[in-house]
Amino acid sequence: MQSTIAISNLQVQAGSQPILTDINLEIPVNRITVLLGPSGCGKTTLLRCMNRLNDLDKGLKVSGRILIDGEDIYADGVYVPGVRQKMGLLSQRPWPLPMSIAHNIAYGLKLKGERDKRQITHKVEEHLRQVGLWDEVRHRLGAPATSLSIGQQQRLCLARGLAVQPSIILADEPTSALDPTSSKIIENLFRQLKQQYTIILVTHILRQAKRLADHVVFMSDGRIIEQGPPDQLFTNPQSPQLRDYLVDGN
Amino acid sequence: MKKRKLLEERFFRYLTGAAAWSLMAILLLIIGVIFYRGFNALTPDMILRLPKGGFYYGGEGGVLNAIVGSLYIAGGATLLAILAGFPAALFINVHLIRFTRTRNFIRYLLDALWGIPSIVYGAFGFTLMLLMGMQASLLAGIITVALLIIPIMVRTFDEVLSTIPRGLPEAAFALGSTNTQTAFRVIFRQGMPGFITAVLLSFGRGIGDAASVLFTAGYTDRIPVNLDEPAATLPLAIFFQLGSPIPEVRDRAFASAIILTVIILIISIISRAIGHKFK
Repeated sequence: MQSTIAISNLQVQAGSQPILTDINLEIPVNRITVLLGPSGCGKTTLLRCMNRLNDLDKGLKVSGRILIDGEDIYADGVYVPGVRQKMGLLSQRPWPLPMSIAHNIAYGLKLKGERDKRQITHKVEEHLRQVGLWDEVRHRLGAPATSLSIGQQQRLCLARGLAVQPSIILADEPTSALDPTSSKIIENLFRQLKQQYTIILVTHILRQAKRLADHVVFMSDGRIIEQGPPDQLFTNPQSPQLRDYLVDGN
Repeated sequence: MKKRKLLEERFFRYLTGAAAWSLMAILLLIIGVIFYRGFNALTPDMILRLPKGGFYYGGEGGVLNAIVGSLYIAGGATLLAILAGFPAALFINVHLIRFTRTRNFIRYLLDALWGIPSIVYGAFGFTLMLLMGMQASLLAGIITVALLIIPIMVRTFDEVLSTIPRGLPEAAFALGSTNTQTAFRVIFRQGMPGFITAVLLSFGRGIGDAASVLFTAGYTDRIPVNLDEPAATLPLAIFFQLGSPIPEVRDRAFASAIILTVIILIISIISRAIGHKFK
């Protein structure tokens, strides 16, 4: 089952300072949507709104609506962990949990209520294969996750996110801490995963956006300036902000 | 210019080195004096037997009553402090994470409590004891020592928790963990080595304190079998023996000090071994 995300009139303020203004957005299903823009333009905040991770930031005031599968995730009485399990998050640097490689994946499975040990073992392998990590770690599944290289850790975190069976992947500059080879692996994974998942990727790397995007949302100063298919945006930008960004970014 | 920099480097190297080594020397001197004065008096009897009549005037027996009493009190107080302190530290760091002012106020209070001399805790425990109609007893000692070490425990737990990088609990939340799951499965594991240090620090403070148990736990030559019986403690045993005019008894005070030091050493080694497993 595929989830739909629709955002209407979203405003986010820190005190009296607006961070996001008047965000209206529909995320296409089974596509890679790239949130593009200069640092500090609010793209990470927008991403964190979608799984309510910004609940952890103090003093943020959110208004407007984010509908996921038609349900407003900011409505009263929403079970936030349930919302978060609809999406996997990949952050700027990997955060393996303080446990073994296998347990990192099993953690998500157990959150979902999986108790059968054989199922867990099976699923751990399945999700490690899904991110191409199985052959690299099959002989040391009990080793601490922190013993992996950063690139491997990031793939582990992706596998861990997928184990919760989300239908959306949120990625916040997921390659910014990685070397070119590891970055390429992640990018290729995204291309495969979009068959089954809706992917939202935050990046400020123009070339990465060009390589991956099916839909581009260009943001500046907390607003969506332009959005559309990449061909249209990159070859024929309408706004001066995007035109400047395309010149500086290349 | 380059020569001056080198000289400066060397000067500070010696300065910091001198400070570090002299501290080490003082520590060794303390242990040395204790062993020098107490080693001959440290007989198996001292560890294994209860004081006989006239022990404090040079009679036969040992300080088993104080060893067991101290372990009971420090152990019970540490347990009580963990039960109260760990949830409190979690609450400050998980649920109050967005309420900086409240959090800082609680930290300030705990720091102030940390600084209060133990005799004040003793006096408070004594008042509390009378109010509850209790006598000087093991329970009153445990409660008073627990009150003394709770601020230490909470603040040290708190420091450990605040060094845990934000990304880690966030990763757990992003997977759909609840606050409780994040606390116990992620934060608790990550902080384990630090928590063990906190427990050790508190236990050490608890077992070494004399003033807080002076009025609350009392003193007895017997090993308490019930919470409402008085209990002897090693610091008070040292205190009473040191006050004796008989040189032999004063040497026994130093032997008791060796016992206290060794207990702390053993606990420290055990807890480090446990902490190492979680790394």
